[in-house]
Amino acid sequence: MKLSERARNTPPSGIRRFFELAEEMDDVISLGVGEPDFSAPWKARAAAIHSLERGRTSYTTNRGMLELREAIADHVPRYGLDYDPETEILVTTGASEAVDLALRALVDPGDAVAVQSPAYISYGPGVRFSGGEPLPVSTRPENDFVMTYDDLERAGAADAEVLMICYPNNPTGATASADDLGEIAEFAREHDLTVLADEIYAGLTYEGDHASIATLPGMRERTIVLNGFSKAYAMTGLRLGYALGPSEAIDAMNRIHQYTMLSAPTTAQYAALEALKACDDDVAEMRTQYDRRRRFVISRFHDMGLDCFEATGAFYAFPEAPYDDEQFAEDLLHSEGVAVVPGRVFGEEGYGHLRVSYATGMADLKEAMTRMERFLEQGGDET
Amino acid sequence: MADKLELLDLLLEDARESTDTIARQLGCDESEVESMIAELEDEGAVLGYQPVVDWSRVETDHVAAEVELNLELDRETKYGDVASRITKFDEVTALRLVSGDYDFDVTVEGDSMRDVSMFVSEQIAPIPEVTQTVTHFVMNTYKNRGLEFTDSDDDDRLSISP
Repeated sequence: MKLSERARNTPPSGIRRFFELAEEMDDVISLGVGEPDFSAPWKARAAAIHSLERGRTSYTTNRGMLELREAIADHVPRYGLDYDPETEILVTTGASEAVDLALRALVDPGDAVAVQSPAYISYGPGVRFSGGEPLPVSTRPENDFVMTYDDLERAGAADAEVLMICYPNNPTGATASADDLGEIAEFAREHDLTVLADEIYAGLTYEGDHASIATLPGMRERTIVLNGFSKAYAMTGLRLGYALGPSEAIDAMNRIHQYTMLSAPTTAQYAALEALKACDDDVAEMRTQYDRRRRFVISRFHDMGLDCFEATGAFYAFPEAPYDDEQFAEDLLHSEGVAVVPGRVFGEEGYGHLRVSYATGMADLKEAMTRMERFLEQGGDET
Repeated sequence: MADKLELLDLLLEDARESTDTIARQLGCDESEVESMIAELEDEGAVLGYQPVVDWSRVETDHVAAEVELNLELDRETKYGDVASRITKFDEVTALRLVSGDYDFDVTVEGDSMRDVSMFVSEQIAPIPEVTQTVTHFVMNTYKNRGLEFTDSDDDDRLSISP
């Protein structure tokens, strides 16, 4: 079969090789998982089951059930966001679909799209699928991976049409305050950039409140906010996300969505509705657990002598690897059976770092830290 | 006090956790954790640390019953007076005054149904204030102290994901 150039030019994800290595081994403790170890709150699951029992297995409206959009509209003011459920909210099949739709709705062939780096591995390929050219904007460890005006200028982002940012960030765990975002907003306004803000980890912010760039002056009209239920509500497999934006942007995304996805999964929409209505306490409990593990892991890293900045969001720590990140991750996996993801997988600025997910129970985390410490004491690769 | 509540929360989850790990999770010094635990114990807020046992997985005979007691009190006798006599029995592992159709909710544990029945009829029922006993033997436990009595689910997540 003749495959398209697009498919042929899309490299396999760098994560894939590690996944295969880890799968071959027994007794692996994986800190390489990018999803919660919790299940979705029982109330949300029960609502999904109940919807199935009542036979709610049809499509919903393209934009998602109005009741769910209204619940989302009622939910987001906690982040200072205000959107009309009729015209400014689109429910999608995971935030991933929202990213894809936003890019396809905004990018013309050849457009440069400035993409935060390091960041989630799908952005670059997503830009290419939409015909755009990804332009990495490196964020730096010395700034705790917060994007600065200078970073944008240096990357040549002034020529881009769109800027993609993600805070709290995967893979670094970095968060950005309203002040931090102010610099990015200033650049976006000056150079007339549309901003795609992936805020999927907004609910998992540990120091201070999550800030959305869309709340800054002059930003609402040029920002599409992407969020969903996967991370904070532990609903990854239910595939449900949403986009918030000015009506013309949401309308454009919906025009693509109606021909491709038609509507987000109905069962998941019922689960999400219940999640918004009744699961704040569950989310708070999960956040408390993550926060404790975060402090545990980072304090253990410091004692091991690993340089690790104070990640304040998502469920990742991003310590510096003592030597080549990929080699280190491979050595650690082979000699101690602990899987972490080499930072380079997430972009150039990830080189030399390790993404360590603490979305794993305390018992495994403790064992993993003991093994890592032993590995480091034995001099890493010399074992 | 906020820290003490968080410490309690952690102990409730796993009282065997080392103070080192607890300190790291709370972001404080190990000595602070130790002194907070000592305070909780001194104040009588924390009375003890016990495992949650699924007796169906231990090779021994073990029977538990929830016993409802109705009491008739007089001017000289209060609930507390009766309670202080009942709590003295080792067979009684829990005793609570409850609202509703009966007064005392008593948990009695023993080696056999006969032991438990005999204990209730010979030791509890004869107490002068006790007017009625209803014994419910526990047939199965599905959840206790926040823990589900099932085989733990394996982590079915992909070992590495983006």
